[in-house]
Amino acid sequence: MKVKQYKDVLSKPLIEENPITLQILGICSALAVTSNLSVTLVMCVALTSVVSFSNLFISLIRNYIPSSVRIIVQMTIIASLVIVVDELLKAYDYETSKKLSVFVGLIITNCIVMGRAEAFAMKEKPFISFLDGLGNGLGYSVILIAVAVVRELLGAGTLMGYEIFSLVSNGGWYPANNLLLLPPSSFILIGLMIWGIREYKKDQIEPNEFKLSGHATAPDLRKKEANV
Amino acid sequence: MFEHYLNIFITTVFIENIALSVFLGMCTFIAISKKIDAAFGLGIAVIVVCLITVPLNNLIYNLVLKEGALSWAGLPNVNLEFVGLISYIGVIAAAVQILEMFLDKFVPALYNALGVFLPLITVNCAILGASLFMIEKDLKFGESVVYGLGAGVGWAMAIVVLAGIREKLKYSDIPDGLQGLGMTFIIVGLMSFGFMSFGGISL
Repeated sequence: MKVKQYKDVLSKPLIEENPITLQILGICSALAVTSNLSVTLVMCVALTSVVSFSNLFISLIRNYIPSSVRIIVQMTIIASLVIVVDELLKAYDYETSKKLSVFVGLIITNCIVMGRAEAFAMKEKPFISFLDGLGNGLGYSVILIAVAVVRELLGAGTLMGYEIFSLVSNGGWYPANNLLLLPPSSFILIGLMIWGIREYKKDQIEPNEFKLSGHATAPDLRKKEANV
Repeated sequence: MFEHYLNIFITTVFIENIALSVFLGMCTFIAISKKIDAAFGLGIAVIVVCLITVPLNNLIYNLVLKEGALSWAGLPNVNLEFVGLISYIGVIAAAVQILEMFLDKFVPALYNALGVFLPLITVNCAILGASLFMIEKDLKFGESVVYGLGAGVGWAMAIVVLAGIREKLKYSDIPDGLQGLGMTFIIVGLMSFGFMSFGGISL
């Protein structure tokens, strides 16, 4: 029973309750860091570790946090974890940390971290909270990696810097689509991805506020006039 | 001098628009853009908070955290930059809390209008992002005031425009799976392509 629960918590956020496509959390960084796969991977690891550990620590002290100051307490824990990640990155992978610029710092305000702390870790036991953080981090990573693969492969013909499609400019056959390297393209990619997921999982579809009435055809109108 | 400030303002509002060029504050940007009224209220709140916190963080960075900034206290070799993130978010959280209390006491009309949105703003990455970009660009105090205002105005303008589009969009016939969130993403993408055309302008 327990094991099944653990498995659910870990696997549900991957597609069914994905933080990005269903809960609209943590989108900012999803857009800005996805033009290059290796940078994206670093960002995913950073976010996943922050969200799982912040969930763990917040859950450990959840019974001692007065609810009136809980946001500040959560913020402090998250900010400290992000500082650790940021300093580690600067020490071991300075190039990538320069490319990510402010986006590592912005993990603090990434709504996935706050959202999971508030919605899950404040109520549940430490171990399962850790798994929930891990699951949500992975769900975020799945979308980011998918977007990054499409953008880098079709935009520059490379993956992680290795050439996959040989470009026309280097005498190959593939004309690079530079549009995909521009940040706005990731919006459109995520939009299409949401469409795909919702066609597959019909229950995620949002109801239309105003139902369109069917088209009135010419015979209908004539019938109406005849009735009048 | 005035031209220099105007230049920073125009650049932050249009060319480096914080919502549509750097993509910050996207979660609230997409969640609260269904109605123009709500979007407008949130936009005003973001302008006010940006205008207060960016200069405040600038002072903290330049007088306390920067390498050698503590020389006035007799500690010339101290570099506190590593606690930067935690102090900026602390400043933002405190400023939002104080602003909320101040408005509640003295300007209740505005407080009621902004009510729900103020606490949300602490976790809006547009605010923290504006402070972090301000540090990265190494702005002076005067410049940071203009930068904060510009960042807020740019974000507010973008969310009001998006809300306007979404209000009209309810009447259109969209495929079921694309309804709501999916369509919003695509629209923001198109808006953002539009804003890229400002990129060529140099002032």
